[in-house]
Amino acid sequence: MPKIPALARTVTAEELLEPGLDIAIKKRLADVALNAATAKGATYADVRIARYLNQYVMTREDKVQNIINTESFGVGVRVIANGCWGFAAMGETQSEDDVARTAEKAVAFAKAHSRLMKKPVQLAPQKGFGEVSWKTKVEKHSFEIPVKEKTDLLLAVNGAAMSNGADFVNSTLFMINEQKYFASTDGSYIDQDVHRIWPNFTVTAVDKSSGLMATRESLSAPMGRSYDYLQTNPTDKLTGVTTRYNQGYDMLEDATAAAKQARLKLKAKSVEPGKWDLILDPSHTYLTIHESVGHATELDRVLGYEANLAGTSFATFDKWKSKNFNYGSKEVNFFADKTQPGSLGDVGWDDEGVKTKKWDIIKDGILVNYQAIRDQVHMLGETESQGCCYADSWSTVQFQRMANISLAPGKERLTVDEMIKDVKKGIYIIGDGSYSIDQQRYNFQFGGQLFYEIKDGQIAGMLRDVAYQSNTQEFWNSCVKVCDERDYRMGGTFFDGKGQPAQINSVSHGSSTARFNGVNVLNTGRKI
Amino acid sequence: MAIILTEAEAKALLTKVLSYSKADECEVNLLGEERGNLRYARNEVSTSGSLINKNLAVQSAFGKRVGTATIDEFDDASLEKVVRRSEELAKLAPENPEYVGILGPQQYVKSSGFFDSTAKITPDTRATAVDKSLQLSREKNLTAAGFLQDNYGYTAMMNSKGLFAYYPSTSVNFSLTVRTPDGKGSGYVARGYSDFTKLDTAAATRIAIQKAQGSAEARAIEPGKYTVILEPTAAVVLLENIYFNMDARSADEGRSYFSKSGGKSRIGDKIVDERITIYSDPTNAELPASPWSGDGRPQEKMMWIEKGVVKNLSYERFWAQKQGKKAIPFPNNMIMMGGNSSLEDMIKSTQRGILVTKLWYIREVDPQTILLTGLTRDGTFYIENGKIKHPIKNFRFNESPIIMLNNLESLGKPERVVSTETDRNYLVPPMKIREFTFTSLSDAV
Repeated sequence: MPKIPALARTVTAEELLEPGLDIAIKKRLADVALNAATAKGATYADVRIARYLNQYVMTREDKVQNIINTESFGVGVRVIANGCWGFAAMGETQSEDDVARTAEKAVAFAKAHSRLMKKPVQLAPQKGFGEVSWKTKVEKHSFEIPVKEKTDLLLAVNGAAMSNGADFVNSTLFMINEQKYFASTDGSYIDQDVHRIWPNFTVTAVDKSSGLMATRESLSAPMGRSYDYLQTNPTDKLTGVTTRYNQGYDMLEDATAAAKQARLKLKAKSVEPGKWDLILDPSHTYLTIHESVGHATELDRVLGYEANLAGTSFATFDKWKSKNFNYGSKEVNFFADKTQPGSLGDVGWDDEGVKTKKWDIIKDGILVNYQAIRDQVHMLGETESQGCCYADSWSTVQFQRMANISLAPGKERLTVDEMIKDVKKGIYIIGDGSYSIDQQRYNFQFGGQLFYEIKDGQIAGMLRDVAYQSNTQEFWNSCVKVCDERDYRMGGTFFDGKGQPAQINSVSHGSSTARFNGVNVLNTGRKI
Repeated sequence: MAIILTEAEAKALLTKVLSYSKADECEVNLLGEERGNLRYARNEVSTSGSLINKNLAVQSAFGKRVGTATIDEFDDASLEKVVRRSEELAKLAPENPEYVGILGPQQYVKSSGFFDSTAKITPDTRATAVDKSLQLSREKNLTAAGFLQDNYGYTAMMNSKGLFAYYPSTSVNFSLTVRTPDGKGSGYVARGYSDFTKLDTAAATRIAIQKAQGSAEARAIEPGKYTVILEPTAAVVLLENIYFNMDARSADEGRSYFSKSGGKSRIGDKIVDERITIYSDPTNAELPASPWSGDGRPQEKMMWIEKGVVKNLSYERFWAQKQGKKAIPFPNNMIMMGGNSSLEDMIKSTQRGILVTKLWYIREVDPQTILLTGLTRDGTFYIENGKIKHPIKNFRFNESPIIMLNNLESLGKPERVVSTETDRNYLVPPMKIREFTFTSLSDAV
C-alpha cells in the first residue's frame, strides 16, 4: 500500500483542482534563482518550480481502506560551478529570499566538492526556447471525477471478483498530475502539465484444504492519460484466451475474469521444465524490454555512473562502435520515443530543457544508439542531447532516466491466432510476474500472470510454476516473429528505480505479441 | 523554529496542537530531519544534495470516522488550521470498521541512537571522507563508484489519551563498488552506523579493492547445488524476506508462507534448524532503534524465531483484537544470533564450496515457499580442500531462505550490515549452508 510520499502534505480532493502559482510568479522566482546562482559564480543554472499532485484510492473486498490526496510543492536548483554539479532544494516556499538562498547553497555544494573532480562537466549546448508550454491530452480530468464515483467503481470491481470465486481482492486507483515549470540560463521558460493514471487490482484465491493459494493481477497498464483510460469501446479489446486491453481498460470485466482464472490456477498443471517456444503478450513483454533493453542502453550505466547500485551494462562502446553487434535477430527493432501519445514518458521537453524526440536504439537486430543527456552526449561524438533527463521531485536532482523503449511491430501482417497456429510445443504468457536481472543485463528470469500451454497449434489448458531464464542477446536473437501493428499495445511502470538516493521514473514499453524459440523454462514449485 | 526539536520543545508544540482539538480522539505525529549525500563515480564526484524536512500530521477521529491532515509550518494559526482540516476530513470520511481507537500512555525502554558526530557532518566532512576512499582506488588504478549518505532527526507523537513518545536518531550509510579498468573484476563494501566516528572509509575501501582485484579473471563452473558460505551482506537480503512475511493477518488468511492448511498459522512450528534464533531489541547498542512503533505501541525485546521455532508474528491492532491476540508491532530492528565459527574456519572446513560475498536483484518467485531468485555479484569464489582456489563467474540462484536455514552447517559472529535491497541495517552472522541451488551462469561482472 502506498504511503504518503515524503515531502508531501495531504489535501482535500477539491484542492487538487486548485490552480498552482501564477505563471508570472513562477517566472519571477525562476529568474531570482538563475541570477543568484550566476552572481555566486555558476556558469550554468537551471531551476524547477514544481507541484506534484497525487490521489490514491485503495479498497479491499467491501471496504474503502484509504483515500489519500497529496500535494508537494517546492523549488530545486541545479548549477555548475568550478566545473562541478551542485544541487539544493527547498519545499513550500514562494519567497524570493528562500529561492535565492537555495541557489546559493547549490553553488556552495558545487564549490565544496569540486576538489574531487578530475575534469569539468561538459554540457552539450542547448538553445533556449523562450516561454513555451505543453500538456498531456486530457479528455476526462481524473481529479474532476468525484471520489464517490471512484470508490463505487472499485467496490463494484471487488464485488465482481468476490462473486466469481475470489477469496480476497485489493483494488487501487493511482492518479498523478505533475505541474512543472523549468527555466535555465539557456533562456528557456517551460511550463508543463503531465497526467498519469494506473488502475489495478490483485485477486487471491485460496484452497483451504490443501493450503494452496494463487493470485491474478490486473492486465491494465499505467498510462500517460487521465480518467478517460477507464472508458472502453470494443476496438480497445482483444479477445482470445482472455481479454486484453489497448487504449481503454474495462476494470470490471478484467476482475471478473481474474477471479475465475485465479481459481483455475490452483488446479493448473505444473510445468515440465525444459526448452519451450514462448508467445509473449505485450502486457508481459514490456517488463522484459524494460530490464534487458531499456536499462542496458542507458549511457550512464554503460559509462559506470551507476556502478555502485543499479550496475553497468554489457552493451559497451566497442559493441556499438562495431556497427555489427547482434543484440537480436533481424525481426528486432527497438526505438526510443518521448513523444508517444498516452505513454508514461510523453512530455514536450525533458528536465534540462531539451525538446523530446524519437530515435532508433536497435535496428534490424544491430545496436545503433543509446539514451543520453547533455553532460554525456559528447562521449557519443554528438552535440545534441536525446532529451531523457528527469527528476522525480523538485527535491531530487535530475539525471538520465529511461525513455519509452519499444519493440517495433512486425512489417508482415500477422495476428496472434496465426502465430499460435504455427507453434508445436509452446507457452503463451500474459501479464507480468516475478522479475530479476543481473547488474550488466545479461542473465534474467521472468514469471507472468497467465500461462497457457500450446500443443500443435492449439491452446491446451493452463500451466503454473512457470518462469523463463535466458541471456539478453540469446533471447532477442531467438525472436522469430512479431505480430503486426494491429496488435501493438503499451505496458509500463510507475516504479522504474535508479540512482542514489533512489528515484523513480514512469516509463512505457510498447510491443506486439512476439514469438521466441527454444527458451529455457524452469519449474518454480517447491515443497517445504 | 529549529528543524530538530528537543524533547521539551516537541512536547510543548504537541501539547499546543492537541489544545485545538474538538474531536473524540486526536493523535499527532511530528518529525524533523536533515539529510546530506555525496555520490561519486569514475573516480570523481557526480552529484550531491541536501534536504531539510519537517512535518506534523494530525489524525482526528469522530467514532470510527478518521481524517489525517499534515503541515510543515508551525505557527499558531497554521497549527489550528491543520487540526480543523483533519476534523473536517474525518467528518467526510466513510466509517473505518478497522479503526480501534488510540492508545493510552505507554512505557518505553531507553534506546540511544543519536550521535553528535553524525549530526555535525558538513559538505566538507563528506568530501574528506570520500577523498580518503578515492585516493586509494586512484593509487591502485581502479575505478570507484560510491555513495555516502547521512541523516539526523527525531520523531515524536502525542495523543488526547495522554500518550507521549520522542526519539532522536542519526545514521550514516557508506557503500562503494571498485572495478578493475578492464571491467573483469569488481568488489563491494557497505557500512552502516549510527555514530559517524565508527566509519573508516579508507579501511572499507581496502576491502572493496581486495575483492575487485581478487575477482578478476573469474572461471565458469557448472550451476547446481553447492555448499555456500554467505558473508553477512549476502545473507541479509535473503533473511529480510522472511522478516517481511512475518505478518499474522496474511498468515491467518492463508496467503503467506506462515499459513498452514485449515486456516492456521505456523506459530509454534519448528521451521528451520534449531541453531536459528532471530529476535528484535531496540536497546541493542550495535543496532539501536526507536523504542516505539508509528502508532505508539512499545517495541520490546521480542523473539520471532527461537531455536528454529516460530514464536511470534506481528499483528495490526485490529487483527489482534479480532483474533484475541497480543498486538505485537512489526519490529524496528532484527537481530540473528550467531555461532562460534569464523569465516576462515568455515572456508577451512569446506571440501568443495562457494564463497558468496554479495547477492543482487532479489525477487520473490513464490510467496508460499518464499522461493527467491537473484544473482551473486562483486566477488564470488570457488573453495576446494579448505582454500579459496579462484574467482568464479556469477550465478543466478533459485532458493528459499527457509530451505536454506534448514540446510545450516555453521554460523559465525553477527555483525551490523546494510541490506543492498532496502538500505535497512541488521545484525547478521556469516553462515555456511549446504545444497544451495544455483540455476544458471551469468557473464556479468
